[in-house]
Amino acid sequence: MTGISATPAVHGHGLATGEPVVRARSLVKRFGDITAVDGVDFTIRSGEAFGFLGRNGAGKTSTMRMIGCVSPPSDGRLTVLGMDPVREGASVRARLGVCPQEDNLDLELTARQNLTTYARYFRITRAEARRRADDLLRFVQLDDRAASKVEPLSGGMKRRLTIARALINDPEIVLLDEPTTGLDPQARHLVWERLFQLKQRGITLVLTTHYMEEAEQLCDRLVIMDGGRIVAQDAPRALIDAHCTKEVVELRFAAEDHESCADKLVGIGSHVEVLPDRLLLYTDDGDAIVPTVYERGLRPSGVLVRRSGLEDVFLHLTGRTLVEA
Amino acid sequence: MVAVMLGRVVAGDVVRPAHVGAVTARDLTLIRSAGSYFWLVLSGFAEPLLYLLAVGWGVGSLVGAIPLEDGRSISYQAFIAPALLATSAMNGALAEATINFFAKLRYLKHYDSVLNTPVTPAEVAFGELMWATIRGALYSGAFLLVMIMMGLVTPWAALAAFPAALLICLAFSAVGLAMSTFMRDWSDFEYSGVVQFALFVFSGTFVPLSVFPEPARILVELTPLYHGVELTRAMTLGPLDSTSLVNLLYLLVLMVAATAVAARRMRRRLRR
Repeated sequence: MTGISATPAVHGHGLATGEPVVRARSLVKRFGDITAVDGVDFTIRSGEAFGFLGRNGAGKTSTMRMIGCVSPPSDGRLTVLGMDPVREGASVRARLGVCPQEDNLDLELTARQNLTTYARYFRITRAEARRRADDLLRFVQLDDRAASKVEPLSGGMKRRLTIARALINDPEIVLLDEPTTGLDPQARHLVWERLFQLKQRGITLVLTTHYMEEAEQLCDRLVIMDGGRIVAQDAPRALIDAHCTKEVVELRFAAEDHESCADKLVGIGSHVEVLPDRLLLYTDDGDAIVPTVYERGLRPSGVLVRRSGLEDVFLHLTGRTLVEA
Repeated sequence: MVAVMLGRVVAGDVVRPAHVGAVTARDLTLIRSAGSYFWLVLSGFAEPLLYLLAVGWGVGSLVGAIPLEDGRSISYQAFIAPALLATSAMNGALAEATINFFAKLRYLKHYDSVLNTPVTPAEVAFGELMWATIRGALYSGAFLLVMIMMGLVTPWAALAAFPAALLICLAFSAVGLAMSTFMRDWSDFEYSGVVQFALFVFSGTFVPLSVFPEPARILVELTPLYHGVELTRAMTLGPLDSTSLVNLLYLLVLMVAATAVAARRMRRRLRR
């Protein structure tokens, strides 16, 4: 046996866990002369949390909009829940939940009305809509704000309400475009908790993010996008193992020339990276090599040994230069 | 089934009544839940009412009775009242189909969220068409009530004029929606406001079209409110004849064409 279960676990929606729910082959999206998504291949399986990681303008949102059947692909093949997103878009969207990057809640309505009016777009009966709205408001801890207009709600509350709205049709896949961007740490953790609960219920989560912590915490698998292409895809830990050493030693120097310090470090660890404010020393055992730094006569003002993370991989693969979108 | 096929032909896309209803229902929720909004909607018919009072009494006292073709003569106020009814229908429809619709389309990103559901852009266009028509119907219904109370129209004639007002609402709602998809920013509405005012004062509203010079008359006969005014006037004062049929067809064709444009432009804009 190779670890593939003979009897796949079945969750509430009757989809076998691990069955492909989104399949993209050489998927392309062009806007005029600009190619936003430049031939990507990926497969998202039911029940997993799948992440698109990339800086602004990497093509994440365009990819999400194609999966959400609101933006027709320019080229390549895409199936969502086994259907064609252009011809059968409405049928696919009936089974998706979408939490967009910018909250586009209905500011003129109350929190509860936001959910009940949205339910009608899915032809959910009034009574059922009310029941679901109340359940979901409890789920996102907004039941005490049900009758409040949306405008005065905090950013975190608005985001939670948007997530609740995305769940009104009991979706099989939930698309979340940067679900925690702009939220304070408390609000962010509450959103993560709820997303984790959804995942445990067997709902497939597809999210974009540029928070490495979010990707590491939530995603079973992820792709790193850069310039419309996928530059790596795997489980977060596997990506770190494949593209980075186990640990990173960060060295800061008071007022010295970083380049010349870097020269003195040659041969220690697997490689050295020079940043404007510090040097990064990549190694599998940080504590073991720190003494060597001092032996070479260097006197760093600060030394930090840490485990390598997704951010190291991300920056390694997509570069450190700031690209203004 | 008829509605679905009609949608196919007009909008070039699937149009399911349940989805159209859901889009309209969202707007109705607003009126139901916010009493102030209801008064805001009704306040819109105040403008034609003020004209009816000010111009009707003021100018009316100078011009005296107006002779009709069939030999009857009516007060000046009764002459302009049907035209102001058509105007209030237009104003109500355009109020919703231009500025409010444009805000939802461009600034509130309202339709971005709606279109993540099975609802299609054409269904959004139809739903908003219905809502703008409802607002126009509220304006014109309220105005008709005032006309009845002032003795300017019999209740039966008012009942006959209401469908004509509805058709004006539908046609102008569709035109408003189509127009809004072309608007670049708010300042464009300044121009449309001027056009709307020009239609109001030149569509045979205050004086019979026959007083205008020939070229101006032809120009007015090409514009939509003129046909609306002719229709409401025929419904309330008579006579209903073949020109009424032309007025009716003009508004129907305009409604269908403008809806088709609006639905297609919505799809191009929102399904990129």
